[in-house]
Amino acid sequence: MNTLFDKIWDAHVVTKLEDGPTQLYIDRLYCHEVTSPQAFEGLRKRGLDVFRPAQVCCMPDHNIPTLHQDKPIVDPVSKKQVDTLDKNAKDFGVQYFPIGNAKNGIIHVVGPEYGLSLPGMTMVCGDSHTSTHGAMGAVAFGIGTSEVEMVLATQCVFQTKPKTMRIRFEGKLKAGVLAKDMALYMISKMTTGGATGYFVEYAGEAVRALSMEGRMTLCNLSIEMGARGGLVAPDETTFAYVKGREFAPVGEAWDKAVAYWKTLKSDGDALFDKEILFDASEIEPMVTYGTNPGMGMGVSSSVPSIEEMEESGRASFAKSLDYMGFKSGEKLMGKPIDYVFLGSCTNGRIEDFRVFADFVKGKKKADGIVVWLVPGSWAVDRQIRQEGLDKVLNEAGFELRQPGCSACLAMNEDKVPAGKYAVSTSNRNFEGRQGPGARTILAGPLVAAAAAVTGKITDPRML
Amino acid sequence: MDKFRTLTSTIVPLPIENVDTDQIIPARFLKATSKDGFGDNLFRDWRYDKQGNPIKDFVLNDPTYKGEILVAGKNFGSGSSREHAAWAVAGYGFKVVVSSFFADIFRNNAMNNFVLPVVVSDSFLSEIFASVKSDSAMTLTVDLEKQTVTNNHTGKSESFSINGYKRECFLKGLDDIDYLLSKKDKIEEYEKGKSLL
Repeated sequence: MNTLFDKIWDAHVVTKLEDGPTQLYIDRLYCHEVTSPQAFEGLRKRGLDVFRPAQVCCMPDHNIPTLHQDKPIVDPVSKKQVDTLDKNAKDFGVQYFPIGNAKNGIIHVVGPEYGLSLPGMTMVCGDSHTSTHGAMGAVAFGIGTSEVEMVLATQCVFQTKPKTMRIRFEGKLKAGVLAKDMALYMISKMTTGGATGYFVEYAGEAVRALSMEGRMTLCNLSIEMGARGGLVAPDETTFAYVKGREFAPVGEAWDKAVAYWKTLKSDGDALFDKEILFDASEIEPMVTYGTNPGMGMGVSSSVPSIEEMEESGRASFAKSLDYMGFKSGEKLMGKPIDYVFLGSCTNGRIEDFRVFADFVKGKKKADGIVVWLVPGSWAVDRQIRQEGLDKVLNEAGFELRQPGCSACLAMNEDKVPAGKYAVSTSNRNFEGRQGPGARTILAGPLVAAAAAVTGKITDPRML
Repeated sequence: MDKFRTLTSTIVPLPIENVDTDQIIPARFLKATSKDGFGDNLFRDWRYDKQGNPIKDFVLNDPTYKGEILVAGKNFGSGSSREHAAWAVAGYGFKVVVSSFFADIFRNNAMNNFVLPVVVSDSFLSEIFASVKSDSAMTLTVDLEKQTVTNNHTGKSESFSINGYKRECFLKGLDDIDYLLSKKDKIEEYEKGKSLL
C-alpha cells in the first residue's frame, strides 16, 4: 500500500536519524553556475574531493547570453561566475557541458534530453525547478547551496520526508488547452503555498494523455504551489521517450531497467496524505494577472475583486495589482503588451516551438512588440532547424536566439524594461523577475503566440 | 558557527504575505561567488529606488524599527531555491525569522545558515504586528531549549517545533556536512547494496 513516492524515497534511505531528518542517497546532482560556486569553495576549504564525480553533471545556463555565444561574455560579473563553474568542473573532474558545447542548454531541459534523468532516480540541483525531472517517474527536488555541498561531499542530503499528495486530472483537455494551462489552473486553485510540505504525484486521464514534455511542464511548476516536487508514474510513453538516448541503459541493462521501472507506480490501496481532483475539461487557456503564479485565471475571465480576498491578504493583493497596473475586477483580454518570451525550463522544448510555429504560420508578428524565442537547449535548436520551424518563424517575422535561461529571470541581457508588459511562457511573475519593474503575464506557448501576432492579450481560440 | 540558545530582541515587522526569494534578493545580485555581502541587497527593490536612494517608507529604512528578529507575513521565502536569500537575511544581521508559514527550501536554507525559522500561529503573528504598531520598542524572546517564543508586550508565549537533530545543531553550532562525513562507511555500504539490485 505504498505510494510511488514512498517506493523511490524508501529505496534511497541510507539512515534515518531519530527525531531528525533522513539521510537520502542521491543518484544524480545537477549544478549550474549560480548556486554552486560557494559549494565547491566549501569543498576546497574542507580539503575534500567530489565523492562521486560520475554522478555530477554541470552546465552554465542562467547567465549566458542568447546572442553571440561564441564571443566572451560582456558582463564581467556573469563571466566570472561562468568561468568559476568552468574551473570547478575541471578541477573536480565532473561531467561538464560548457557554453557553446553541443549538449549545453538549460539544465532541466538537457537532463531528460540525454537520458541522464531516468525513472526511479533521486535527483537534486540548487534550483527549485529541479522538480521538472519528476516527469520521468523520479524523485527530483531543488536544494540550497549548503545542500549542494553536502551532495558533492557525500552523495547524500539530509531531508525531512515530505507528506504525499495525489492530484488527479480526470477527463479530457479542451482543444487549445496545454500542460501549462493545467499547471496554472492547478496553482490558482491551490495557491502558492497550498502544497508546501508535500510531494505531489500527478495522475488521471489527462496526465496519462500528456507527452513527456507536457509532463515536464506540469512537474516543473510543482514548486509554484510550494510542493517539494512532483512526479508522474513511468509508463510506455516514458519508456519510449527514454529509449535510445545517449546515457540511457542499453541491451540487457535496458531490459532489466524497464522491468524495474514497471514496478514504479502507486499501489491500488496506497494512502496519500491529501487527494485533490480536478476536471480537466473545465480548464481554459490561462494567464496570470498578479505577482505570484497562484494569481491566475482563464484568459477571458476578469481579475478577482479585492472584496473576494481574505482580510489578511488584501494588502498584498492590492500591492500586486498596483505593481501590474491592473484594476480589481477588470478583464485583461485586449490589453496591449510589449514583449513576448517563449522559452525557459518550463516551455523551452521542441513541442513548445512546434505549437508556437504552427500558430504563427501564415500570420505576422505584431508591430512594435519585441519577441524573444529562446530554445531550451542546442538539441532543441537543432530539432527546430531540422523540422524547418526556423523558416516558418522567420517568414512570420520572428528570429530565434541561442539557448539559455534568458528572460525567465533576466540574469543575462534579456531584461524587460520597467513598466513594460511581457507575456511569458516562463514560471514566475514575481515583481522584478524579468527585470526591475517588469510586468509579467505568465501563459502557455499558444497564448504567447496569439499575443505575438496581435500585440494584445488574446484568446488563441478566437483567431 | 555561533551557538544559539535564547534571543531577546526588538523586531523588524514585514506584514506582507508570500514574500518570495526574488524579493528577498533579486536575481541580478546572485552573481557573486562567495557568501558575503548579500545583506546589503536584502529586499533591494523594496528598499532602494532605481537611483539607489532609500525608499523612506520601507521598514528597513525606518529607524523606528531595528533588531535581530524579522517578523514576516504568511508563506515567507517562496519561489526560487537560492540560498542567497538566506545569506542576505543572515548577512543583514537577522538571527531569527518569525512567520506563520515558511516555504520548505527557504526554511532548510535558513537553518543551514544558523538563521532560526520560528513558525507561530496566525493569531500569534497578528498579535505581534498589533503589538509593534502600538510599541515599536516591543521585544520577542525566542528560547530554543524550551522551544518557546514570547511576545513580551502581551506576555503571551507559544511553543514552536524543530526536529531534535537540528535543535542540537543550533545549540552546539554544528553543521550537516560534519555529520554526513562521519557516515561515509554507511554510504559506501548503501552503494554496494544498491548495485546488487
